[in-house]
Amino acid sequence: MTKRTGVFVCHCGKNIAATVDVKKVAQELAEDDGVVFSEDYVYMCSDPGQTAVIDAIKDNDLNGMVISCCSPTLHEKTFRDASELGDLNAFQCEIANIREQCAWVHNDMEVATEKALKITRASVRRVQHNQALEPIGVPVTRRALVVGAGIAGIQAALDLTDAGLDVVLVEKQATIGGNMLKLSETFPTLDCSQCILSPKMVSVSKNSKIKLMTESEVESISGFVGNFKVKIKKKAEFVDPELCKLCDDCTPVCPVAVPNEYDVGLTNRRAIHIPFAQAIPASFTLDEEACLGLDPVVCGKCEEVCDVGAIDYDKKPTVTEEEIGAIVVSTGFDLYGMEHMGEFGGGRYPDVLDGLQFERLCSASGATEGHIMRPSDHKVPKEIVFIQCSGSRDPENHCAYCSKICCMYTAKHATLYKHHVPDGQAYIFYIDIRSGGKGYEEFVQRSMENDGVIYLRGRVSRVYEKDGKLKVMGVDTLAGRNIEIDADMVVLAQAMEPSKGTAEIAKILKIGRDKDGFLAEAHPKLKPVESVTAGIYLAGAAQGPKDIPETVSQAGAAASKVIALLSKDQLAHSPTVAKVRDPWCTGCEMCVDACPYDAIALVDGKAHVNEVLCEGCGSCVGVCVRAAIDVKNVTQLQVHEMISAIMA
Amino acid sequence: MSNPSKVTKAEDDTQGRASVAGARKPGATFEPRIVAFLCKWCSSAGSDLAGVSRIQYSANATPITIPCSGSVSPMYILSAFNKGADGVLISGCHPGDCHYMEGNYLARRKLYLVKELLQFIGLESERFRMSWVSAAEGAKFAEVVDEFVEDLRVLGPQNRLKAKR
Repeated sequence: MTKRTGVFVCHCGKNIAATVDVKKVAQELAEDDGVVFSEDYVYMCSDPGQTAVIDAIKDNDLNGMVISCCSPTLHEKTFRDASELGDLNAFQCEIANIREQCAWVHNDMEVATEKALKITRASVRRVQHNQALEPIGVPVTRRALVVGAGIAGIQAALDLTDAGLDVVLVEKQATIGGNMLKLSETFPTLDCSQCILSPKMVSVSKNSKIKLMTESEVESISGFVGNFKVKIKKKAEFVDPELCKLCDDCTPVCPVAVPNEYDVGLTNRRAIHIPFAQAIPASFTLDEEACLGLDPVVCGKCEEVCDVGAIDYDKKPTVTEEEIGAIVVSTGFDLYGMEHMGEFGGGRYPDVLDGLQFERLCSASGATEGHIMRPSDHKVPKEIVFIQCSGSRDPENHCAYCSKICCMYTAKHATLYKHHVPDGQAYIFYIDIRSGGKGYEEFVQRSMENDGVIYLRGRVSRVYEKDGKLKVMGVDTLAGRNIEIDADMVVLAQAMEPSKGTAEIAKILKIGRDKDGFLAEAHPKLKPVESVTAGIYLAGAAQGPKDIPETVSQAGAAASKVIALLSKDQLAHSPTVAKVRDPWCTGCEMCVDACPYDAIALVDGKAHVNEVLCEGCGSCVGVCVRAAIDVKNVTQLQVHEMISAIMA
Repeated sequence: MSNPSKVTKAEDDTQGRASVAGARKPGATFEPRIVAFLCKWCSSAGSDLAGVSRIQYSANATPITIPCSGSVSPMYILSAFNKGADGVLISGCHPGDCHYMEGNYLARRKLYLVKELLQFIGLESERFRMSWVSAAEGAKFAEVVDEFVEDLRVLGPQNRLKAKR
């Protein structure tokens, strides 16, 4: 076919034209082989610019075009859409990036123009070998997986079912609810956390479209957007939730006591237990690690007393495979371990607590039924010190980032403390107060003005025990003096970190993590709920520290992305996939081994590409000794042509 | 497929340039021509970031954006030298960060051998450089290019593999 290539050079106002002689680029390219149209324009992406492109395609009967402009990440789609409007296949339009990779990084007009010419010419030579391609249609499984059933996962699951989708909700713990379950009241309105969360949890359990799998974890995943196959491993279900009547006859006979996760270690529980009274699913569960009865010679007490026969020590873990169209990952956060805060006596003194432990002390469902008392001697603390940024904003020793919610929950803690202990005094050491959010600043001001909380700007150097008190050595940088407080209790506003297992789930799902270990979004501004892997979305604190309103919004956003994705009959898969030239293929299987997606298999002794699985990475191209495999529209011929164009 | 352990500093070519730097002569004005293969997901985006940040660097390297550093065939490198390139740069995602999971490991293993091959056929292996530049490392991309250009200025024009036409 005769090459009829069009070249469109954009000025981008002055952005490109200030350093690149765009007229010269257009004029020189007009002389190139196969170029039948070459022009420059001040704003190619504007409406008149695009109209000019469409008209030029039609008037000149173009069968390929290059837009020499900004990065393809900005306007490749714009111009490919314009291309289609001009009846030129979208994949016969290529972008030559002469702004970010040229005009903006060089001063000298002559040099920059020369480079812009090379870049554009290389694209022209490439596009002249481009094939017209159509996106590959892939069927969609209308079913979503939500990993992690804290408030983010619960919200996402409920929103998804509202749109009529089926949801598999996987939770590692024995109950859904996550960290929010442990909270007493929530800022800035001080509404009870469980009162707003429990109804949602019940909605999950009563929702026939949600398949809830607690004590379960994602084991492996295969497939691709719209058509994932996910293997989920569920721990052995020693207590049958269908049979369990919640009579609580089993716990009194259990001889094992271990720290209770729900009370963040402030109380103990038995090996057989219910996570908390309103747990969903409403059933007792057996802690495999703690139980003695799995060796029936040692113990079997709970089975003996269970009238309904709900307990069976011989149950085994099960693995089920679920067909899934899209995934929301909402694996949440853990607090940065207090054991890292040796200087504050974290983990050493019983009256030094972390934020979640203090929540349990304040909570009506906690061990003290909402009475704030010291774990060591059950006395009511009269002087209490809160230390903000404990582990946050400390790149040398701990986490570099701001955990975002601690300023607010510390103000809440101090306020709650004053409500419980009106004659007590609360001190807060802080670096800065960050109270951005609706009603947040007013809340902090109220804690200072109405509740007489003393805010001290400065850090604490050390906390140690002396004469039954916790000596807090700090500094007030505003007054310029050292501070010593004899406190009865110290609460550390520990940094948030990604929950344990985030690294594993990221690896299994093949989604990235950022430098702090949180799940990485595809774009910090424009794709905040998308992971880098198509069809996998992020919600909640697993993606970065955030409070409940933000978590709920993000979960809703992730759910709506999934709903949009799964509302289509077919998904479009990029057609720039690998293609084997059969006569050259010797069936050596180098490409089969190199393919990260298991998309290549030998068929009749020749490599064969499954176009739906292929992501077009070209790993196969790099290993084929016979050059028998190519990625469409980035073929080896095209790369050699581009090299020639650059070196000409 | 097993993933090799994390890259050590010495493996990243951008770190190991002391020997070349030591031989630098003052007053060199030779302008080397470089073909730079940039991974679409990281280094190409990193060079975009350099642009957005208006970081100025040498114009000697002309970019070719590719899907993944793992897609680079050794033939691309030889072809570039054959067509007269003074240097070839391949820039991909940091080990462990490949958009396609392990393409850059493939690249690292393969391109290490290319380097050995170049030396074997009598071309200074410093003319071929690998770097790991993420989408967030605009400044690093500019540094990588500038350093490569300086080092190639010292080495002078490449004639060993250039087609005699």
